[in-house]
Amino acid sequence: MTFFQADNISINFGGIRAVDGVSFQVTKGEVFTVIGPNGAGKTTIFNLVSRFYDPTEGRLVFEDNDITKVPSYRIAALGIARTFQNIELFEHATLLQNLLLARHAHKRSNFFSELLFLPSVRRLEVEHREAVEKVIDFLDLQQYRDSFIVNLPYGVRKVTELARALCTDPKLLLLDEPSSGLNVEETDDMAFWIQDIKNLLGITVLMVEHDMKLVSAVSDRVLALNYGRPLAMGTVQEVQAHPEVIRAYLGG
Amino acid sequence: MRFPFKTSYEQDTRLFRDRIDASWYVLLAALVVLLPAVLPAYYVGETTWVFIYAITGVSLMVLVGYTGLVSLGHAAFLGIGAYAHAFFIEHGVPWVVSAAMAVTLATACGLVVGLPALRMTGIYLAIATLAFSVIIQEVFSRWESVTHGLSGMAVPKAHIFGVSFGGETAFYYLCLFFLVLALWLTRNLLRAPTGRAWIAIRDSEIAAQSMGVNLAIYKSIAFAYSAGLMGLAGVLFAHKIAFLAPDIFTILLSIQLLLLVIVGGLGSLHGAVFGAIFVALLPPVIAILRDSIPASFHDFSAASGLAPIGWFGDAIGNFLKKPGVEAGIFGVILVLVILLEPLGMYGRWVKIRIFFSTFPMYKRATFKRQRSYMKTERLR
Amino acid sequence: MTDRARPSYWHGEKAASDRPTGSRGRKLDIFLQLTLNGLAVGCIYGLVALGFVLIYKATELVNFAQGDLLMLGAFVCYMAVVWWGLDYWLSFLIAVLAVAAFGALLDAVLLRRVIGQPQFAVVMLTIGLGAVFRTFASVTWGSEIYTLPTPFGGVTRIAGVTISHQYLSIIVGTLILCSVLYGFFNHTRIGVAMQATSQNQLAAYYMGIPVKRIFSMIWAISAGVATAAGVLLAPVTLIDINMGLAVALKAFAAAVLGGFGSIPGALVGGIVIGLIELYAGATLPDGFKDTAPYIVLLVMLVVRPQGLFGTPGRKKV
Ligand SMILES: Nc1ncnc2c1ncn2[C@@H]1O[C@H](COP(=O)(O)OP(=O)(O)OP(=O)(O)O)[C@@H](O)[C@H]1O
Ligand SMILES: [Mg+2]
Repeated sequence: MTFFQADNISINFGGIRAVDGVSFQVTKGEVFTVIGPNGAGKTTIFNLVSRFYDPTEGRLVFEDNDITKVPSYRIAALGIARTFQNIELFEHATLLQNLLLARHAHKRSNFFSELLFLPSVRRLEVEHREAVEKVIDFLDLQQYRDSFIVNLPYGVRKVTELARALCTDPKLLLLDEPSSGLNVEETDDMAFWIQDIKNLLGITVLMVEHDMKLVSAVSDRVLALNYGRPLAMGTVQEVQAHPEVIRAYLGG
Repeated sequence: MRFPFKTSYEQDTRLFRDRIDASWYVLLAALVVLLPAVLPAYYVGETTWVFIYAITGVSLMVLVGYTGLVSLGHAAFLGIGAYAHAFFIEHGVPWVVSAAMAVTLATACGLVVGLPALRMTGIYLAIATLAFSVIIQEVFSRWESVTHGLSGMAVPKAHIFGVSFGGETAFYYLCLFFLVLALWLTRNLLRAPTGRAWIAIRDSEIAAQSMGVNLAIYKSIAFAYSAGLMGLAGVLFAHKIAFLAPDIFTILLSIQLLLLVIVGGLGSLHGAVFGAIFVALLPPVIAILRDSIPASFHDFSAASGLAPIGWFGDAIGNFLKKPGVEAGIFGVILVLVILLEPLGMYGRWVKIRIFFSTFPMYKRATFKRQRSYMKTERLR
Repeated sequence: MTDRARPSYWHGEKAASDRPTGSRGRKLDIFLQLTLNGLAVGCIYGLVALGFVLIYKATELVNFAQGDLLMLGAFVCYMAVVWWGLDYWLSFLIAVLAVAAFGALLDAVLLRRVIGQPQFAVVMLTIGLGAVFRTFASVTWGSEIYTLPTPFGGVTRIAGVTISHQYLSIIVGTLILCSVLYGFFNHTRIGVAMQATSQNQLAAYYMGIPVKRIFSMIWAISAGVATAAGVLLAPVTLIDINMGLAVALKAFAAAVLGGFGSIPGALVGGIVIGLIELYAGATLPDGFKDTAPYIVLLVMLVVRPQGLFGTPGRKKV
């Protein structure tokens, strides 16, 4: 069975070919990292997987289903969750509300029962809350539960993004630069969490990251991109030693 | 500061935070119920306006304050509810059925407007709703067989199941009932997935989508629900004003309703009620000042022998009598609120409460909003 | 307040109904005249819309008080001509400069503070300002209707088509104004700096452009353009405190029709709205004159939500 596969995907923005014939497979249970200089098209790949953009060519497959045409709001229910490079939290809501919203894909109540807040809705709310509390415990966010996001420091917001993605109960987790803007300690925490997510929760991770220390600490395989085209794929050492990759980073 | 001790998750889904909160609301309810017994009929009537405006406030709060969609044409839905109800009543439909049909019609119109609105954002949506309301207003004045056009339409007093709600006090309780109903239903939605989806759409459409929120559906629900509440307010509005004319439901009314939610405080149901108190009571307060300021200043100048104080009082009185001054006062207040207290009256109220509950430790920075100059809503 | 509350000023449909119809030549004559008047009215909408767009492109603020600046400008010009007995052209200049200065002041004192707040809050702020301006006008000048004497009283007949100089002056004035603005934005240092600021504030700031001063100047230009529109419009609609509101609503529709943020879009949108209004007034039943532009706008927004010249945009993540 194919867990996740990107098959020769490309996208054009006007004249720019932001992603140009990229193919890769992610196997269940691994941490797969995409690296590349700024503007290489890494985030664009995530946006294609989240179905914000339609690929000009190519196919995306998740658990043997073609998801190239699935609307973006269905992606979460399929089991793919993501974080954003520049934090996209619901700023004027509490952390708890942010995480509860992530349970939306598992919503089972209908509008009219919610209007009257029937006992069934109350029960479901408690179920969602229990799921959310597990994630809060996992990431140590207890003390911020009722804080509004606008009042939280950057590091906590970054963790909240991760928590929100975990609350959707994903099978595949897309992390867009999880360590950007974090200090050394926070980055170390992030590395541990990613390992725990892989080992304890059994979630497959597809990650974009610039910090090579974090990349080598957690990744099983790495794909290097430049100008939307794949340069090299393999273990961290292999990719780091690849002459094309070195040239792309050093600007040859 | 009070930290409620929580022992179960269910506690966070309750209507009131804890016993102490609940007892304050019980006290408030008792006060509101007993008010007509002590207040003169005129003031009971004015308070009824507060309730009706509060329902419109809840309606707009859902759309603007929670979902982040701006409508510059909500007076149209108020008008649709009012005219539909008046028309059905005129044709002998029982009150409850008529009101239900009027609300349904307003909801349906909201859905129809909401559908094309799904693809628009910000200023485009505001103008589209404005265009809709201009067209509806023209319909009100041209569709004479239903609305009696420019000559207007008288609305009889409310009779429900043979009981007359014509008196000020009876109608007061009727409006109070519907306000509480509207608040309760809306609060229910807000503590359930639908309300969270609205908030998510307001704060980040893109993240909401990737968490599984179908934007089209939840925006439509917000539009339809908001329009339905407006229709309900329209039903009561029709009885209260007793005479409908197309030029009531103008863009100026829509703007006044938006002013209500802003002054009250966007993003809270309390704000809708605070704003309603403000909007409904400001005109009578201005009227009272207009008459009492010159008189009291004259008394004072006679007592103190300072003639200029009397002239000053006259000047204020004359200024307040000029046409259009009321709109100007609303305008000044709107400008001041947005500049000085973007969180509105409710925001101010929360700050004051926190100031006292944390007393010597209060820090102003608690509410310092972060600099947002790098944020852009413009899509290049 | 919609335009219906105000008497109908555009003479399009009157001109049409005054004449016996029948011969093809007459019809053509009426059609040409309607088109000319529609163009003139559309130019006014276009100018006001241009003011919206200039401010929006630079500061991301949507200025709902643009119509009321137009009204203030018309009143200042009236005062200069009638009360102080000044020459029309001198008064025109005084009005434009005075209101432009006022616009810059508004930016420096008030609007600069709300940059970065949600768009909706700013819209409401400027709506509030508009209400204050109207109240100011009604307290200062009363609610009468004033007539501004102008040098453009007559008519010219070309090939059987009657052209009123009032309408002609609007079209010519708009053309002149637009070419001046075009030259200014493309061929002066400061104009180019304004364009740069509109495209990327931060980059402009790093390049040493005084961004705040540029914002104030853009406000001044928008307010000045609104005043010019008001003075040109004054002989047609006459001057009263609500003249701005009616125009601003249509101009808003025009700016959105053209794609909010596009300068050619604003002008084209204005002319389209002006023409629709006059054609609908002349050919369709009562009531369509004021609603037809909005119906067209709604249909257009359903088909093309980003407007005629707008580019569909979406937040990048
Ligand atoms: N919506 C869009 N419209 C136009 N161009 C786009 C769009 N999204 C991305 N691009 C372009 O595609 C290219 C790749 O962008 P992308 O955001 O994927 O880079 P990235 O690899 O994530 O870089 P970074 O490390 O800086 O995050 C860039 O040149 C960018 O300008
Ligand atoms: Mg990126």
